[in-house]
Amino acid sequence: MAKQTKQDNTHLTTPTQLTGAEIVWATLVGEGVTTVFGYPGGAILPVYDALRKFPIHHVLVRHEQGAAHMADGFARASGKVGVAMATSGPGATNLVTGIATAMLDSIPMVCITGNVSSKVLGTDAFQEVDITGITLPVTKHNFLVSRAEDIAPALRQAFQIAQSGRPGPVLVDITKDAQQAKALFDFEAAKPKPYRPHPMLGFNDAGLEKAAELIRNSKRPVILAGHGVMESGAMEQVRSLAERAQIPVALTLLGLGGFPASHPLNLGMMGMHGEAWVNDSIQNADLLIACGMRFDDRVTGTLSSYALNAKKIHIEIDPAEVNKNVKVDVGLIGDLRNVLEELLPRVGGRDGSAWLKTIDASKGESAVRDIKNIPDSGHLYAAHVMHDLWKLTGGDAVVATDVGQHQMWEAQYFHHEKPRTLVTSGGLGTMGFALPAAIGAKFGCPDKEVWVIAGDGGFQMTAAELATIVQEKIKINIAIINNGYLGMVRQWQEFFYEGNYQSTPLVSPDFVKLADAHGIAGATVRTRKELDEAVEKARATDGPFLLNILVEKADSVYPMIPAGSALHEMILRPRKKNPLIETAEDE
Amino acid sequence: MVHTFVAYVEDIPGVLTRVASLFRRLNINIQSLTVGGSERPGLSRLTLVCESSGEASHRIRASLFKLENVVDVDDIAQAPSVTRELALIKVAVTAQTRSQVFELVEVFRARIVDLTSESLMIEMTGVESKIEGLIEILKASDCRILELCRSGKMTMRRGHHTSGVLRALGAKSNEEVVAGAIAGGESD
Ligand SMILES: Cc1ncc(C[n+]2csc(CCOP(=O)(O)OP(=O)(O)O)c2C)c(N)n1
Ligand SMILES: [Mg+2]
Repeated sequence: MAKQTKQDNTHLTTPTQLTGAEIVWATLVGEGVTTVFGYPGGAILPVYDALRKFPIHHVLVRHEQGAAHMADGFARASGKVGVAMATSGPGATNLVTGIATAMLDSIPMVCITGNVSSKVLGTDAFQEVDITGITLPVTKHNFLVSRAEDIAPALRQAFQIAQSGRPGPVLVDITKDAQQAKALFDFEAAKPKPYRPHPMLGFNDAGLEKAAELIRNSKRPVILAGHGVMESGAMEQVRSLAERAQIPVALTLLGLGGFPASHPLNLGMMGMHGEAWVNDSIQNADLLIACGMRFDDRVTGTLSSYALNAKKIHIEIDPAEVNKNVKVDVGLIGDLRNVLEELLPRVGGRDGSAWLKTIDASKGESAVRDIKNIPDSGHLYAAHVMHDLWKLTGGDAVVATDVGQHQMWEAQYFHHEKPRTLVTSGGLGTMGFALPAAIGAKFGCPDKEVWVIAGDGGFQMTAAELATIVQEKIKINIAIINNGYLGMVRQWQEFFYEGNYQSTPLVSPDFVKLADAHGIAGATVRTRKELDEAVEKARATDGPFLLNILVEKADSVYPMIPAGSALHEMILRPRKKNPLIETAEDE
Repeated sequence: MVHTFVAYVEDIPGVLTRVASLFRRLNINIQSLTVGGSERPGLSRLTLVCESSGEASHRIRASLFKLENVVDVDDIAQAPSVTRELALIKVAVTAQTRSQVFELVEVFRARIVDLTSESLMIEMTGVESKIEGLIEILKASDCRILELCRSGKMTMRRGHHTSGVLRALGAKSNEEVVAGAIAGGESD
């Protein structure tokens, strides 16, 4: 096979006549893209053919959903725009779950799809699908491009939209004839107009003053920190606010890492599987300062009973989120970092010790029930696994989780100190996310230790990407939390469906053999004692390593707020199993 | 309550789908939607009327602005404005009943725009209630309505405004609506 020669990573600065396919790559190079995750096919073949001339690394995935999750994981871990590519028809539709995942979590991503020639658009030509129509509700914006000269402007605008304001995925669908035609490529001329900030953004002195006054006068304030902390890079500012005014910080799932877990003011995760004292302190608060979070139903419980005694300050970049679920007293609509920078000088020192003491005292009961304190009985609990993984990795690794019980245990027991170290699908809750997202994260942060923490169910949804790891020769460690069940669903069945375990027991392949078939080393872990050694072996191995960790089968995540209950109506870890009543609103 | 939004949107394929899709996503029924040219080159102007809760207007307007092809959105709310609708009504007539319809048309300040031996066509512009009044009376008369076509509503604020200042105006009116809730959230 002819060896591919790549040019240096300099992009074309002088206007040049190129094919549409070449324009795609030239524009990506100009936008600073170095890695694209994709899968070829007829309608995108001209673009693939032109790749050899450009300094971009293409990662061949095993399923286009994997490409979208990889681009997403790349973006989450690195903060840069992730790029996925697919052919028309089935290639494009396979991206959709990954696009929706990125949309719900506001991840900057650009997806490029090929489409049939513009002459046959709308005729149900072979592998034609209306992907701009299909993805309309799950993209921030999308483009259908049918002329070579429109490719660079559309792509450049896509990058702008993906990263501006509240980030999100953008899809650019390019017809085959546009890829084949020639046009003048002029990177500078293709630059989009300056981004129009949302016209309803705004916060003024009066609003800032009112917020400062609420903070000054509050006795029981809590900061609610969300994903926006990371997206706006406001870690320092949130920390300053918390420290200056002695305000405890509760985090959403996607906010984990935005405020150091070890910080004395860190309460931990709020919401459905948050610790009791976190949710109780929100319910008892007299002031909530929401920073880059959207009062999702997973963190509020029933709205009619949510934090009824608290005034609310909402600092948020998306005006459509303010007053959507929770009515607020002060809305400061803008970039979190900018707003906090204006707010901080108005906030003075405060004595928060009484309130912090109250919260501390309330921890007592729940801490006793904490699974970490259960003596080693020979059983392997997933929570122990998370705790030990955290200890052994020094808490510095990037962890990509899947969705289910293991995800919640990870959030509870793996303590994230730094932003962008937890890669998890929060809004859509997409099973199959972990493995491809971790691959993307590794490309985004090649020097970081990357772990997959997946359930036995979700892992099998995208397990084919094991081959991608091998083909790309990347080092990733995989921990499968194998409980023999679709555990989170089993838990709901236990609590709300009288233990009718319909379709949740799961037969899985021998994951270590599966890894072996791919040329990936692995080990099975059955006891807590074996865990340390296995994790160290995984870390010390040059190539990827898979741990099949056989954990307690019928364990449940505690505490839990049943869907449709108030935030303080938690199911606590039972001393004995307690019967529970089904609620109307569960899934 | 009934909300009326006036929006300027880019005049390119697919924009109407995006607007309509937003309302579908919010599970809000569009009562009336008119789209056509505007004084701004490359931009279409639409008037959209829908029924939703009072608080919804903030979120609808904010969500409309999130569509990349939407340039301006004005929430008319209670502002002084003119709303008109156009109706074309084809009525079956005979030599005996024709003059009766002529009279009605006169009273309602409508116009006859087509006339054959068996039917005539009425063109009428006006507010909704007036158009509905004519339709009711026609229905009650001996003349059968053969075809009825209504344009949906078009709304314009009163006063010496151009759409260039609509955004500022819209921002104001919107803030009045949510002022209680987002105290201090208005822009300078
Ligand atoms: C694609 C997809 N399908 C279904 C679900 C519903 N669901 C949520 S958690 C879960 C069980 C996950 O099982 P597993 O991967 O074994 O993880 P565990 O809960 O056992 O840790 C299911 C089926 C989902 N979130 N995503
Ligand atoms: Mg499982």
